[in-house]
Amino acid sequence: MDPITFEVINIVIVALLAWGIPLQFIPLMIWLERKGAAIIQDRIGPIRANIGGIRLFGFLHNIADVIKLLFKEDVIPNHVYRFYYFLAPFWSMTIALIPLMLVPFAAPITIGENVFRFQVATYQSGILLLFAITGLGVYGIILAAWSSNNKYSLLGGLRSSAQMISYELGMGLSIVAILMTYQDVQIQNIVEAQSGFLKVFGITFPLPNWGMFLQPIAFITFVVAAFAETNRTPFDLAEGEAEIVAGYHTEYSSFKFALFFMAEYANMVVASIVIATLFLGGYQVPFFTTEELRANPQYTLTAMLVLGILTFLILGFLVYKRAKYISVHFPEPLGKKEYFFISYALFVLAILFVILIPVVLNLEYNDLASQIIVAVFQLTMILAKASIFLWLYVHVRWTLPRFRYDQLMNMGWKLMLPISLLNVIITGIVIAL
Amino acid sequence: MVKVVKRPEVKGLRQFYLVEVLIGLYTTLRHVIRNLIYPEKLPTVIYPEKPKPIPAATRGLHRLMKREDGSPRCTACMLCATNCPAFCIHIKAAESDDPYIEKYPERFDIDLLRCVFCGLCVEACPLDAIRMDMPIISFTGYTRQDFILTKEKLLDHDNSDFPHAPNYNPPKPLDITHGPHHNEFLSRIKK
Ligand code: SF4
Ligand code: SF4
Repeated sequence: MDPITFEVINIVIVALLAWGIPLQFIPLMIWLERKGAAIIQDRIGPIRANIGGIRLFGFLHNIADVIKLLFKEDVIPNHVYRFYYFLAPFWSMTIALIPLMLVPFAAPITIGENVFRFQVATYQSGILLLFAITGLGVYGIILAAWSSNNKYSLLGGLRSSAQMISYELGMGLSIVAILMTYQDVQIQNIVEAQSGFLKVFGITFPLPNWGMFLQPIAFITFVVAAFAETNRTPFDLAEGEAEIVAGYHTEYSSFKFALFFMAEYANMVVASIVIATLFLGGYQVPFFTTEELRANPQYTLTAMLVLGILTFLILGFLVYKRAKYISVHFPEPLGKKEYFFISYALFVLAILFVILIPVVLNLEYNDLASQIIVAVFQLTMILAKASIFLWLYVHVRWTLPRFRYDQLMNMGWKLMLPISLLNVIITGIVIAL
Repeated sequence: MVKVVKRPEVKGLRQFYLVEVLIGLYTTLRHVIRNLIYPEKLPTVIYPEKPKPIPAATRGLHRLMKREDGSPRCTACMLCATNCPAFCIHIKAAESDDPYIEKYPERFDIDLLRCVFCGLCVEACPLDAIRMDMPIISFTGYTRQDFILTKEKLLDHDNSDFPHAPNYNPPKPLDITHGPHHNEFLSRIKK
């Protein structure tokens, strides 16, 4: 295949992947938020919505949500600035979907004489462009706030922009520290540098070589700033429902509201993947470099199967517990059969994987197959790492109350900024030594 | 005198709330793990299917008590209607055929949409003719009319439905105008 066609096909496939991941994670996140809230607050969570008795642990509430939002009346108040009013939700959603185009999802693989990259765009200044784009996200909020012509919306938008400016600084400075550590602005090189074991001053630690351990202060400031950037609790001042109704989306209804709602979740997914990329080694499997994995495809596959077995056993156990709870406590057992079926299916899958291990160990692999296996492993790795932060978003939301505005500003200007500046200086000194 | 309560000042690194946040996250994480592993410990009430037993002292829907012959015990004295803070009891009195009884309610309507379930009507009634001991705390209707408890609805119950609230039978109304009953009546009101 000639290089240009290959390049185009490559970009289209990976662009669909990078586009699909946040979109697919949105319903998952909405479900996780509902269920996570319930579990943190000692409830059982959504369980009633069903299609023919199939409940999928309340997942079908998402479908009910979508139907509700689609069929709601789309009210457009008379006093809005129409063009910007319509632009705002689309802007939010579009900006939310772009940044992942710059993130590598797996190490590039060689097919024949062509290289298939798992990254849509390899810009020279990738990381800077990434933050330039995420910084545009706040325009959606400001446009919505201003064009709604409503004082609550405007207050929400103002708060949001003030917050964004304060936290963008801390975020940028923690990125500076990362750039200084890796001495590179290309995301793929930063991820590449995070493989293997942690080595500081020539001493090898039994830790993966992640930015999180090299730059703990930058990591903490970055995570806090990412929470602020995505407008999530405890930083969701833009929609402080107690004081300003719903903030910037007060005047939006029906699907335009749904777009804002989805953009928030898409932003969370993007932020989680970016944190995972910069601080948790991106697609790197902990402790092992890509070359080591590719050299031993049978062990890589075995490791994948073992991780799969563990996941299935844990999930199966949790579902089984729930099925028992439901069959005991519900008089007309809601979805009891389905729950037992799913838990047994997970156990069966685990057993199947156990059987597969000896088969996998004795197979012959050619070069391409081993590369694809490693790519799949790395893709699951980055999504798993991002999932940790997705859960953290939910967990923090149902733990912490919202910050007061002055606390927020104090924290941003008097704490995050000096700490990250100090971090940059210390990093500089250490590097110079 | 004005007492100024100072806000506790948060200074230095504690402004980051990092330790506090981690403690909070640990608390919720404990809940998550416990609830995932032991869902049977969840306090959730499976509501419409398995409601909690209602305590006997709950103020539920009103009912009018009946005499042995099934007529309402109420004598339309209007004490409950007077006492009601929501003015939601509407009584139309009529003369009774029974020579011992002066009046009876021809209509007795309670507007549930205005009722605040304070129970003052029950307290006020000298004859224990109105009670709020029905174990019904959720009631629904499609129209406003559905929420008006008429005399028929108020009397539409069976005493055997309320084992926890025995229907004691008061003595027959006394003829207070003459004879030995007079003293007895006086002693009763003194009590
Ligand atoms: S419960 Fe209170 S408000 Fe309701 S009817 Fe009786 S006195 Fe009136
Ligand atoms: S219910 Fe009791 S207080 Fe009310 S009118 Fe009848 S007798 Fe009087």
